Amino acid sequence: MSGNMNLTLKIWRQKNNKAKGELVNYKVADISPDMSFLEMFDVLNEQLITKGDEPVAFDHDCREGICGICSMHINGRPHGPKHGITTCQLHMRSFKDGDTIVVEPWRAQAFPVIKDLAVDRSAFDRIIAAGGYVSVNTGNAQDGNTLPVPKTDADMAFAAAACIGCGACVAACKNASAMLFVSAKVNQLAHLPQGQPERMERVRAMVAQMDKEGFGSCTNTGACEAECPKEISLVNIAAMNRDYLRANLLDSEG
Amino acid sequence: MGVFSFLLKSSIGKKIIMGLTGLFLIIFLVVHCGVNALIFMNDGGVLFNEAAEFMATNILIRTMEIVLFLGILVHIFQGLYLVFENKKARPVSYAMTNGNANSKWYSRSMGLLGTLLLIFLIIHLRHFWYVSRLTNELNANETLFDEMKEVFSLLWVVMVYLLGMISLSYHLMHGFQSAFQTLGWNHKKYTPIISAIGFCYSIIIPLIFSIMPIAFYLGWIK
Ligand code: HEM
Ligand code: SF4
Ligand code: FES
Repeated sequence: MSGNMNLTLKIWRQKNNKAKGELVNYKVADISPDMSFLEMFDVLNEQLITKGDEPVAFDHDCREGICGICSMHINGRPHGPKHGITTCQLHMRSFKDGDTIVVEPWRAQAFPVIKDLAVDRSAFDRIIAAGGYVSVNTGNAQDGNTLPVPKTDADMAFAAAACIGCGACVAACKNASAMLFVSAKVNQLAHLPQGQPERMERVRAMVAQMDKEGFGSCTNTGACEAECPKEISLVNIAAMNRDYLRANLLDSEG
Repeated sequence: MGVFSFLLKSSIGKKIIMGLTGLFLIIFLVVHCGVNALIFMNDGGVLFNEAAEFMATNILIRTMEIVLFLGILVHIFQGLYLVFENKKARPVSYAMTNGNANSKWYSRSMGLLGTLLLIFLIIHLRHFWYVSRLTNELNANETLFDEMKEVFSLLWVVMVYLLGMISLSYHLMHGFQSAFQTLGWNHKKYTPIISAIGFCYSIIIPLIFSIMPIAFYLGWIK
């Protein structure tokens, strides 16, 4: 078909966590501009399987931008060249015939490579488990207006709750810092009435776990915000730092 | 220690120390720049020498000098330590990165800019602080102003100072607003104002400092 592309891919191949990996060149032909980036990988993998080669391991699930699993560092950027989307939402029309595309896994001490492009993001799960929840049963949905929440608080909580835990913030940050993710998970609860009782404990516990996992510290470069598919704002980091200061200086339970 | 141990132990605590010491240095630079700008009176350094004499003898100022040194040391060691720790957080680097697509180069280069500042600082302290505070070379006939004239008669020295001020400018272009963000002040209305003040500060202060060696070198100040 006209408009279809022939591409060169340089993909990180690594047998397992212990093995030494390397970038390997592959060619794919006749790629439709309407394909998603992951569909292009499906084409490549079918090609590899037909030849009897090992297919490229990569994470994917929903393929519609909501699960956050499709981690790929494409041409030097998490989720590729477009703003505000995940890899599964990236289309091949963002590339040109003859392009060479470099695809690497997320790189962070806290995100060890499992195989090829798949990385272990259970560090995020452990941060959530450290306090990113409300531990009382909140019961059925309230009747309207029985639990008033100021509009600005509701908006902030809602925007923070859009985080899908993809890890692009860590992947983009020169310090491999998880501050944007953690601040989103702190702030989705910190502004709602249900989140108040554990607010101080939560921020302390989640930050402690974040540090333990070996993420770097935040130097406010803003790379995370620019690369986040859900456009989580740096405002969350400032708000978390405020809560963290307050929790350590003023909270007597500390 | 107790309640303050989080400042030393946690990543956010360490950054809060960077922010506080950074802001302290920012305030110091205003005073330093103001006093030094007295050379522009072009009065043969009379007023400047008087101010320098006051700074050298006033007990309050001398106490602040110790606080200042402590602040700089903490800022430098903490800063370099964080750079080192943050390197460890990504043991395998990317084959390809496109940092300019998501951030400013100087925001990503605070460790490098800081190191350049440190080198400049050592040269600078040797030129003036060492000579005026730790030796007896200066007296009524050979004042701090005369020392400045002599130091800035060399082209390479002027160049080193200009490079130092360019590093300072970029360090603060990121650092000024970054310190407020670290301390938790990010506000729809005030953050643009902070950023604007930070931008002006990072241009104006290094610029005034830069004119000093140039003015001496070109003989604008006698
Ligand atoms: C008079 C000189 C200096 C001033 C006014 C200054 C100011 C600042 C400010 C305001 C910050 C931002 C803090 C934050 O993000 O919370 C900062 C960060 C930093 N400074 Fe300095 N600094 C100076 C000298 C130095 C020196 C000599 C070094 C030496 C190695 C250095 C290394 C760093 C580093 C590594 C950071 C952290 C980077 C970051 O947070 O993005 N600074 N500085
Ligand atoms: S903050 Fe954004 S980039 Fe980071 S994990 Fe959440 S959605 Fe992904
Ligand atoms: S596969 Fe679910 S977000 Fe991409």
